Amino acid sequence: MPDSTGSNLPGLLSRYQDRILTDWIAAQSEVGVLRADLMREAELRRQSRSFLSHLIAATKNGLNFDIESEQWQDVRDMLTEVTNFRVDHGFTPTETATFILALKQPIFECLRDQYKDDPATLVNEAWSATVLLDKLGLYTNDIYLRGREDIIQRQQQEMLELSTPVVQLWDRIVALPLIGTLDSARAQIVMENLLEAVVESKAEIVIIDITGVPTVDTLVAQHLLKTAAAAKLMGAECIISGIRPQIAQTIVHLGVELPQVATKADLQSAFAHALKRTGVTFSATKPAHTR
Amino acid sequence: MTHFLEPNRIPIFQIGDCLLLTIQVDLEDRMIMTLKDDLAERIAKTHAKGVLIDISALDVVDSFIGRMLANISAIARILDAATVIVGMRPAVAITLVELGMSLQGVRTALDVDRGMELIRRESSEGAERLHEA
Repeated sequence: MPDSTGSNLPGLLSRYQDRILTDWIAAQSEVGVLRADLMREAELRRQSRSFLSHLIAATKNGLNFDIESEQWQDVRDMLTEVTNFRVDHGFTPTETATFILALKQPIFECLRDQYKDDPATLVNEAWSATVLLDKLGLYTNDIYLRGREDIIQRQQQEMLELSTPVVQLWDRIVALPLIGTLDSARAQIVMENLLEAVVESKAEIVIIDITGVPTVDTLVAQHLLKTAAAAKLMGAECIISGIRPQIAQTIVHLGVELPQVATKADLQSAFAHALKRTGVTFSATKPAHTR
Repeated sequence: MTHFLEPNRIPIFQIGDCLLLTIQVDLEDRMIMTLKDDLAERIAKTHAKGVLIDISALDVVDSFIGRMLANISAIARILDAATVIVGMRPAVAITLVELGMSLQGVRTALDVDRGMELIRRESSEGAERLHEA
């Protein structure tokens, strides 16, 4: 592949490889990217050497600034690995990008020695190196963000799974204690979990307890109603319990009506109602405790 | 087309004074229309007190099927039979609710057993009321 930029950078990189590597690692330690508390120097050395050799391999057929192209595949993989390592070990994005950016100084020094007498070429080569390293540095930033986003997404998913348990209270009675704000995504999962539980436990009565829901707006009320309607279609009855006085007021203020859904102030009365509906009765064994 | 040649006709079974029909195949619009006619005739002929529609095998519904289920139950009610739809799957229930069809006035139960129980209870209650009157 002909060198589109006419740059001599690739040749220079491989010629001064050892010197650049030594200077680079020194530079990284100097600017404080080598966080001795987060990673060992041997690991940094390994990553640096590996990156440099990949960089030389990627540029040996000429300099190509399009780092998304095939030729840069190995370098990209390497950078992904390096960045993910740093994400996992708690590096900041700046520290991660500086890993690449610290490479500028050693390269510039080599260029200076090489083109002492040719300022024009020196500037051109320095520019090529800057463009390339900036791109690679920004690439690590992208990867870093992506890594973080993955973590956030995973945690969100875990939170969703954690926060919608379905509890079997009695034969044919299940309860679904809701805790935290209900948004659309969560309400959807709540609905699905509840309906699956109805099928699984052959529940006839489902108690949705909203004691732990801080606010009920029209959207949440609508979700609750939808869930109740879906449960009804499957042949189960819904009771909403744990409606605090303020929430009752809010619901009335909002003009939301809850038709055909029994509402109870707390889980206890909802459970009592459910037992009555399924025809279960209790009697206290000690007469002193009977009401 | 004669009835004998109809390949996808949904059979209606009679159990006591209940009619049971199980939908096991994907419902085509024409099939459900035929079913509606058949069922009306059977209720009138057998004086059935209840109709159980088992849709536990149904995993896709549209607004047409939803409306037809409501229709069938309304027709049955006029012919003095209670309709209970049993075994609706969660996905189907969600779809119907999202479509805004909560099948008002249609009774539902978790499975055929519970549905049968529901019909028995209601018809005995009805009989008592008649007796009292």
